[in-house]
Amino acid sequence: MVPTAYYLILAAMLFSIGIAAFLIKRNVITIFISIELMLNAVNLTFVAFAHMWHQVSGQIFVFFVMVVAAAEAAVGLAIILSIFRTRQTLNVDEIDLMKS
Amino acid sequence: MQLALFILFGALALGGALSLLFQRHPIHSALSLVVVMMSLAVLYWSLGAEFLAAAQVIVYSGAIMVLFIFVIMLLNAGKEERTRGSRAAYAVGFPGAAAIFCLLCFVFLSERGALMTSNIGGDLSNGLDNIAQVSAMLFTKQLLPFEVTSVLILVAILGAVVLARKEQ
Repeated sequence: MVPTAYYLILAAMLFSIGIAAFLIKRNVITIFISIELMLNAVNLTFVAFAHMWHQVSGQIFVFFVMVVAAAEAAVGLAIILSIFRTRQTLNVDEIDLMKS
Repeated sequence: MQLALFILFGALALGGALSLLFQRHPIHSALSLVVVMMSLAVLYWSLGAEFLAAAQVIVYSGAIMVLFIFVIMLLNAGKEERTRGSRAAYAVGFPGAAAIFCLLCFVFLSERGALMTSNIGGDLSNGLDNIAQVSAMLFTKQLLPFEVTSVLILVAILGAVVLARKEQ
């Protein structure tokens, strides 16, 4: 017997840690990893609410989020590969072509 | 039993996330994320989502993280150097993240009467097991979105191949 609020608070903690990691990390791969952490935190809230309402729709949402995350990871890592090939760096401070 | 599972694997997930935050090497961050995903899979299982627990292990920590670790090793990504990041990220980002966290906790704790407690196992409704429910929903009501995701995956594969191809 665990209150659903505990699951939601755990998800909020994971999401906030994801935001913090997104902001302080300087490596583009690690930034991408922290986006995955935020997606996972949101998935946990979906599953917790699905369990609370006795509905399976929340789990369907999580399934689609997983599919989109897989597609996003494939495309994002391909972009990182081509950035590294042209610039020889993974540091986001040095990838500033679109910054005026 | 469920409380013990929740505390154990919630703490493990939280520890993995903090380790992701404080490690300087990308490969350590990636492996910490695997720990977070595995403990989340156990939490999904305790919430009665057996199919998603399996999919979390197979798709997330099996496929996506292997892709990440391949790329980290392929690019030979070293320890990230400590640079002065953008000043705005520190000035606005951390208070913002803390504010989001406090707001969410406030809402969840003040509404905890309305949010019920959860029992272990797959008791979503009337004795059907979880995989039967998910597949019935996916292949009847959600058939079109389900098929569209396969097109999405196909487009993503083509895009990845085009982006990662060597320029002639």
